[in-house]
This record gives sequence, C-alpha cells and structure tokens, in this order.
Amino acid sequence: MRGILTVYRKELSDHFSSKKFIILLGLVYLAGLSSIYVSVQNIRDAAQASTDAFVFLRLFTTAGDILPSFITFISFFIPIVGIVFGFDAINSERSSRNLSRLLSQPIYRDSVINGKFLAGITTLSIIIGSIVLIISGIGLRIIGVPPNSEEILRLLFFIFICIFYGTFWMGLAMLFSVIMDKTATSILVSIAIWLFFMFFLPIIASAIANAISPLEDATLATQVQNFSIQKGISRISPATLFNESILILLIPTGSHLFLSPVLTSDIERMVLSPISLGQSLIQVWPQIVIIFALAIICFAVSYILFMRQEIRST
Amino acid sequence: MNDKNIIIEAQNLTKKYGSLKVVNNLNLSIAEGEIYGLLGPNGAGKSTIILMLLGLTEPSEGTLKVAGFNPTREPLKVKQITGYLPEKVGFYEDMTASQNLAYTAELNHIEFKTIPKKVHEALKTVGLEKNSNKLVGHFSKGMKQRLGIADVLIKDPKIVIFDELTEGLDPEVANQILATIADLNKEKKITFILSSHQLNLVQKVCHTVGIMSKGKLIGEGRVDELAKNIVGDSKNKIDIEISGKVENVIDKLKALKSVKSISIENNMISISSDTDIRQEVSRTIANSEDVLLIKMDMKTFSLEDIYLNYFKEV
Repeated sequence: MRGILTVYRKELSDHFSSKKFIILLGLVYLAGLSSIYVSVQNIRDAAQASTDAFVFLRLFTTAGDILPSFITFISFFIPIVGIVFGFDAINSERSSRNLSRLLSQPIYRDSVINGKFLAGITTLSIIIGSIVLIISGIGLRIIGVPPNSEEILRLLFFIFICIFYGTFWMGLAMLFSVIMDKTATSILVSIAIWLFFMFFLPIIASAIANAISPLEDATLATQVQNFSIQKGISRISPATLFNESILILLIPTGSHLFLSPVLTSDIERMVLSPISLGQSLIQVWPQIVIIFALAIICFAVSYILFMRQEIRST
Repeated sequence: MNDKNIIIEAQNLTKKYGSLKVVNNLNLSIAEGEIYGLLGPNGAGKSTIILMLLGLTEPSEGTLKVAGFNPTREPLKVKQITGYLPEKVGFYEDMTASQNLAYTAELNHIEFKTIPKKVHEALKTVGLEKNSNKLVGHFSKGMKQRLGIADVLIKDPKIVIFDELTEGLDPEVANQILATIADLNKEKKITFILSSHQLNLVQKVCHTVGIMSKGKLIGEGRVDELAKNIVGDSKNKIDIEISGKVENVIDKLKALKSVKSISIENNMISISSDTDIRQEVSRTIANSEDVLLIKMDMKTFSLEDIYLNYFKEV
C-alpha cells in the first residue's frame, strides 16, 4: 500500500505542476465561465418570473445563441482531460527508461499502474468538482437563487457521472499506453476513438437507420423503428450514454422523453412536470452502470496486460 | 568457497519463451562480497538472469535464491536488499538529482526525516553533491550513470547489479566509476554483479567472471584460472623467431627461471612463462652460437583472449 501511495503522491504532484494540467484547467474554467455568462444572460429574468423548481440547474444547462451550455462544453472536454491524463502513463515511463529502475524498487508491480490511475482520477475529480463549485458560487451570487436539496443531489450525481466518464477515457488511454510503445501513437489512437464515438457514430447510426427504415413517406411504425435503430446504434458510444444521463439528471422536466420515440404532436399536448430524482436515476441507471463498467473494464485490461508485460530496460 | 558465504545461488535455472530457452540449465553461485562479472554477447541471457534475480520474470524451471529469498515468491524482500541499475538508466529529467533520489528513498520506505541525509551521502559517494539541485535533464551520460550508482546506494543494498554500466562512457569516466565500485566493495562489502561485454574494464575490478553463451554458462572462475584453461599455468606467452641452429638455444631457454613450457615450429619458438622474461630470452639467444634473434613478441592473456577462446570453442 505504501508503494501505491508513494507513486500516487508523485503522480499527483506531476499532474499539478504539469503544463498540460494548467492548460486543461484553463480551458475548462474558460468554458465554465463563458457558460455562466450565457446562462446569467438568459435565466435571470426567467428565474424571477418562473415557477420552475430547478432554476439553479439552469446555470449548467442554458445555452445562448452562439455559446453552448456548460454540459455541452463538459461533454466535449471530459474525454480530452481523461485522455491527456492517461495516454502516456506507462509508455512514457518505459521510453524514459524509468520503468525498470522503478520496478526494481521494493514495490509490487501493480503499485505503479494503481498509483497512476488513482492520481488521474483525483486530478479529474478536482477539475470537475472545482468548476461545478465555481459555477455554483458565481451563479448563486449573480442570480440570487440558492439551490434546493434535490438540485444539490442532482449536481452531486452529475459530478460522479462526469468522473466515471472521464475515468473511462483515462482508462482507455492508459490501456493504449500499456499496449503501445510510443506516446504519440497512444494519444492518436485514443483521439481517433473519441472522434469516432463523438462525431462519426451518430452519422453512421443515422445512415444505417435511414437505410433500414427510410423516413421518406414513412408510416408511424417506420419512424419509430428508425428512431429505435438510431438510438440503439448510438448507444454503443459512451458519449451518447453520458449525454443521456446528464441531460435527464440536470433537466428534470421533459428530458426523459429523449429516450423513447415521442411524436411532436404528442409533446405539444403534454403537460410536462419535473420527474423526481429517484425517477431520473431509474431512467439513467443503465447508462451510469455501463459507463462505470466500461471504465473498470478498460482499467482491468490495462492492469492485466501491464502485469504480464516483460520489463526490460532496452 | 564456503557455502555460508553464498549470497546468490541458481540451480538448473531455465527460462523459456515458447520453445526458445533463453537461459538453459544454469548453475551459478556468487559469494558474499564478491564482484562477479557476467559476460557474454547480446542475447546470451544475461539480462534475463538479472530479471529473474529481481523477481521481474519467473524462471520456467530450476531454483534461484537471493540472500536466501526466492525472488518469485518474495520479490519485495529481494528488492529491499538488491540495487539494480539497468543498461540504459532513466531518471525523471524534470526533477533534480536530489528529488529523484528522494523518490527512490520513499519507494524504499526510508523514513522521511532521514531521506535528505541519505540523499546527500549517496550523492557525495559518487561525487555529485554539488549537482544535487540540478535538473537531471541537464546531466551528461557519465553524471547520469553516477547518479544511477547513488540511486542504488540509497537503500544500503547487500547486492548491486549493474547492466552494461560503462557502456558508452569515455575511458576516464568508466575508470572512475569502476574505482567507486571497487571502493564500495572494499568498504561496505557489497556484492556486485557486473553484466558487460567491455571485458578490459570488467577485468579491472571483477574477482570472478562467468562467460555466457546461448543461455549457458560456458566458463566460470577467476580470470587467471580461466587463462590457465587455455594456456596452462603461465600468464605470458613469448613468441620468438630466430635464424640459425634452433637446437643450440632450446636447452638454455628451458633452463630459464619461470619458463613453463616451450614449443618449436621451424624457426618459431613459443615460450610460456609466469613472468616477463624477454630480457633473459634475448640475452640467452645473443650468447648462443650460430643463432640470431629476428623477432620477439610477448602476449599477456587478457579476459578478452579468454573470452574469444571460449567462443572459438563454442
């Protein structure tokens, strides 16, 4: 355990003093502050007039005409932060020829990968937790509406989901850092996978759904089938699972309708009321579990491969 | 060699990768306080033996004990008393020499309050105390090697393993490092294993050498003992070319002190002796009738000759 703690402390100190951490923190804070600006512009009046019980959460979900909301920013940045903290975890030690020297010290081999993984999660948690707190603090002062207990709980769950999601990307990048010798290769592969899930999979899902169930002159059943196929394929992507879960958690009113096919005409006739935190969690539980499981799987595979690797100095 | 003094013992040690035997049925005994040179070309199995000694890879067959511990079952106990400096040593280049050593000290569970003193002592031993606050990225290769020695000394090891320690260093620095090793061996009774193919350098400090080829130990012993296997009891070989009557001089040469054997082939005479007797030989020939000395060469058997001879046999 002391070995893990020593590696953990060193990695944490490396992260906090690294340029990549400062740049990422700056970017995330910039995104957070710009989203406060946008939301404050849009919700101050709404808050005074509205009877919405979740005004405080709007700080995180309100988008402007040009600038997107905080949750859009964060869903974009979290994978980048995760990848940056994982892509060179092992192969940089190997290429700097530190690994064999490190493993010749009286520590178990897994102390290295465990310490690095825990330090990455801690750094990720600090970035996410701090930006949510900053937005909450500034927002509270500007809009003057304090969060209720349910909003606080929803924000806590939001933070946990963000950490799980970031951990997944970090675990994936760490896996490539174990498999690949060069840091450039591991970051490129990680980013390629992120781009695929983020941008290309929705296009592919739409193309497949339209090929199987064309929407042109489609019956209601075909439209539903098209939606189901598209959703099913999109849910291969952790990005889709993450977006669904944070939307339902932070937008309690009506966002659950995104998960199933609903006609626009039906929505127009609906009287929407917010669903409870319990109901929101039930809706997104599969997504949360899958994100968590993916993070664990990525780390477990990295761990096994690292433990089986031959350690040589050359 | 007394059994009590054996610190490293391998019996029928074999390491296979698939069907390839990298280390083949190796029997090895290294006494406490000995400087042991492990010699052999690339791919001879030297590094694999080192990895097995440190518990970084598991033997396929046979037994291995390091200070009475099994490196596979008790790797931490072995690594607590064994320092290892890999062939291409790496340090964290954005950290100072002191910080790098302090990290190693922490990994070795050395008490926090004693770490600065230990670090200073280790740096002083290798003559780097003035560079303690310099970033390792600015160190020359020789300085890094010396820092590597300091790194292994931090834990007060009983055994130190150096893999190609003097590789790529200029002769002056290499000699300084070897002198440090000899001093440490004398003062602290540390057992050293030097894996190398720079035979002339190893010869200067090693008490015993083991010559490896294709995973097998093909020769082991003191350098002079190994030389005996090739040229008998004598250390020097003098080759003489004479003109005239060879028989006029042979008996006189045989009568010279320290001559072990003489062989004749036409006008070429080979004399094996324990000491340099060139003066006596030339005087004897000059005093003999009808004999003229044309050429005389003396060869002292170095580790390189022994090494090459073994490989010629293999």
